[in-house]
Amino acid sequence: MSLWSRIANAVHGERLSREIEEELQSHIEEAIASGRDPKEAHRAFGSALRAREASHSIRAAGWLESLLADVSFGWWQLCRNKVTSITAVLSLALGIGSCVAAFRLIDALLWRPLPISNSSKLYVLSRKLTGPEGKPIEDRYWATSDFKLMRDAVKDEADLIAISEADRTDITWSTDDDMEKAHVVYVSGNMFPLFGLEPALGRLLAPADDRGRGLAPYAVLSWDYWNHRIGSDPHILGRSLHIGDQTFEIIGVGPRDFTGTETGTVTDIFLPLSMNYLATQDSVTWHRIFLMLKPGVNPATALEPLRQHLSAVSRAFEVDCSTCFRGMTQAYIDRFLNKQLVFNPAGAGISDLQKDYRRSLGILGLLAALVLLIACVNVANMMTAQAAARAQEMALRISIGAGRRRLVQLILCQSALLALLASVLGAFFAAWSAPFVLSLINPPDNPARLVLPADWRVLLFGFGLIILVVLLLGLLPALRASAVRPVAALKGGEDPQSPRRLLRGAIAFQIAFCVLVLFLSSLFVASFQRLQHRPLGFSTDRLLLLETVAGKGQIPVVWSQTAEALRAAPGVNSVAISGWPVLGRIQINSDISINGAPPSPTPAWFLSVSPGWFSTMKIPLVSGRDFRPEDTSPGAAVVNETFVKTFFPGQDPIGHTFERGANQPINKIVGVSPDVPYHDLRETSRAVFYVPFDEIDDKSAPRAVGFATFAIHTDVQNPLALADSLRQFIAQRHNGLRVSNITTQLDLVRDQTIRERLIAMLAAFFAAIALLLAGIGLYAVLNYSVLRRRREIGIRMAIGSTRAGIVRIVTLDVFLMIALGGCAGVAFGFGVARYVESLFYQVKATDADMIALPTCAILLTALVATLPAVLHALRTNPTEILRAE
Amino acid sequence: MAKTDALQGSLDLLVLKILSRRPRLHGYAIMAAIASTSGEVLRAEEGSLYPALYRMEEAGLIRAEWIKKDSGRRARVYELTAAGKKQLGVEESRWESVSLAINRVLREA
Repeated sequence: MSLWSRIANAVHGERLSREIEEELQSHIEEAIASGRDPKEAHRAFGSALRAREASHSIRAAGWLESLLADVSFGWWQLCRNKVTSITAVLSLALGIGSCVAAFRLIDALLWRPLPISNSSKLYVLSRKLTGPEGKPIEDRYWATSDFKLMRDAVKDEADLIAISEADRTDITWSTDDDMEKAHVVYVSGNMFPLFGLEPALGRLLAPADDRGRGLAPYAVLSWDYWNHRIGSDPHILGRSLHIGDQTFEIIGVGPRDFTGTETGTVTDIFLPLSMNYLATQDSVTWHRIFLMLKPGVNPATALEPLRQHLSAVSRAFEVDCSTCFRGMTQAYIDRFLNKQLVFNPAGAGISDLQKDYRRSLGILGLLAALVLLIACVNVANMMTAQAAARAQEMALRISIGAGRRRLVQLILCQSALLALLASVLGAFFAAWSAPFVLSLINPPDNPARLVLPADWRVLLFGFGLIILVVLLLGLLPALRASAVRPVAALKGGEDPQSPRRLLRGAIAFQIAFCVLVLFLSSLFVASFQRLQHRPLGFSTDRLLLLETVAGKGQIPVVWSQTAEALRAAPGVNSVAISGWPVLGRIQINSDISINGAPPSPTPAWFLSVSPGWFSTMKIPLVSGRDFRPEDTSPGAAVVNETFVKTFFPGQDPIGHTFERGANQPINKIVGVSPDVPYHDLRETSRAVFYVPFDEIDDKSAPRAVGFATFAIHTDVQNPLALADSLRQFIAQRHNGLRVSNITTQLDLVRDQTIRERLIAMLAAFFAAIALLLAGIGLYAVLNYSVLRRRREIGIRMAIGSTRAGIVRIVTLDVFLMIALGGCAGVAFGFGVARYVESLFYQVKATDADMIALPTCAILLTALVATLPAVLHALRTNPTEILRAE
Repeated sequence: MAKTDALQGSLDLLVLKILSRRPRLHGYAIMAAIASTSGEVLRAEEGSLYPALYRMEEAGLIRAEWIKKDSGRRARVYELTAAGKKQLGVEESRWESVSLAINRVLREA
């Protein structure tokens, strides 16, 4: 009989018993028919029951049968305590679901290998050097000429691949009217072949396409873009698309899974590196360099020599580069040349999203794991209590000969049932929550896009998690229950301390985890609130921003005329122009030299603005005046207060002059503005100067402007309501200006806090769950312990213990445990907080209120949770108890 | 678990041998055959026979089948499998060598 038939027999235990019975009956019948005495024939079988048992255990897989019995018994146990079981399943489901969701996000962003061949042999090159402010920085960008030299130098051991970052670019398909945005990436021709990628349609870029500017006007679409934007039209091959003044022919569509090397952004269009004019500029570093080891090269031994070789080649290039250091001081050049080339593994892709969210996601994973742990401790407590309540039953089972193994199996079955139910619910929760959290990382111009498949990696993680949960839940109560000493338990006087010791330990753990979650959450929530309520110094109210481009540039007067025309449009209150919006993506700095002296070590940032920009932004000048229409750049400047403190300490700067670098034209300071955040909400004040939008060259001729932003203060509450009509309005003037992007100043401020808002929101969510679970756990444990100690309490009352005394014995050790757990949680919190310090804004882990908040929350919860048990204890009627015993 | 008795080692051999001579016997017939061919000397207890049958069935030495008897009741009949035939040869030679050895010991004494 096979194992399978034994398993089948175990499942159909009833039928098997019937068959055996039938065969035995048939046997007895034969015996009687052949003349044996019926009584004797029956007796020959001895106990029919025993014969059947013996036969049964041979024909059925006994372990499976007992397992099935235990599962159905466990199920019955769960059904008997419906409320507890549902609470347990829900809290575990939340914990498991959160953990799986966190894993999916972390895996998709940081660990999942790119869908390319040899992803483990892919590295990205960067350079470590000292930044302008003396801090170490990492430079990840390279010049194309440098790349070519380095590529040729190591071509025997490794291949170098150049890939630019995905840039959201204005593209047009036919006429200039339907301009749209697409993520464009420039790649060296060897990328597709080295990654082992095959086209879904047409052909991909090849090394032959690295020919030089204008010589390979070919574009490859990503499968995703072809599918979403083009509707998978196979006739796309041969069509052309326009970027600026360049035209590209579509030659192919990339493979389905490949979305580029920038995890979190889906590349739309791949263009040859050589087609970008930056590729010809020796002094411009603009793309990343990846390195792929040749097959058979051992990374352990080959990487360091490669690194030194590449470092030497690159340094030689930079020393030779005649245009690289024009106008820079020797100190600057020395600092610039003194840098270290490093390799980082890039098998999972490389992106800013990874850099920005690595720690945040790590923290979210930690919080999810802690919540799961708290839920596990809760449920384990519940099961310990149930097991203790069943101590007599267990003792009975052991004394009539049940194996202890069987008892452990019984309890593990119950915890496995709980874990399985919870993981089904948790899977639904994870399936919903991971994409939901991802959708919250949504700056309007570049929402994060990750592939979140539920594949074997996720399944494996989930499976491991379930096993862990089962063990966490069941092992302790199971071992405890199986260690029951039958004699003591049946006498009803089992050592009353032992389950309590276990439960007390559990409370301390739970409180420690809970305090840790609360502590971290309060840090993140406080950071977010302080960042959000940081004084801006300007008003975001009703401020529409039209980021506008002018193909080959347009002189300032045309821009001013357009602004003038916009002012007359309905719903518009005031209009001003700036080179780019504050708190946007662009920041440019400049050297400052005073009275022809060499440039100062610290640079200042600048922004070109039209007259009236300060009043449109509601920035009141501290002193001096705003620009006038006749002011030009160079010529006049408005500086902020930090600029004054840095370059003119203790002086009235009005009337003073400065130059943007040595031997540059002078700018005369006409006004002083307050500090407003320039690029980053988190920044401490930096020196900023404003120059007039009207720029002139050294012959006093107006200089064409390629892009600028109209800041429009509208009359309507929602400025975006005017966006379309104003865009049309600008297009209808046919002066070469076209709106490329529409946003509001409020959105730009909000974008700055996306990450903080996300962590704060999820941390607060986890904190609430943790607090709730800890409360439930405390309540259950205390309630149970009062129930168990009824006799002791009754005796104490009978011999004259005061009410205060009773309250003390009931709650003292619990609050001791809370204190212990709380201290451990805060101590652990300090350690974790140090790791994520960079995510905080104006908040320190050692701030008194940051420690007080979680402490108060946990104490309050503890009070509420212990109250019912204390009241219960006080209502104990000693006579009743003692009589019952 | 099935209770072991003195006959057990040889019970398997007897059952296999009976079944090799007359296939498709039910439990009672096997018991009766053991008794009659041994001249009523050997008797297999019901309590040992059935566990032995099930054990051998599980080991794949014999296979069972339900048939309808004249009385209308069903009976479970057994027959040897190929593995059972091989096992019979093994058991027979083992028995022979054991009984030979026992005889030798008895003669020595």
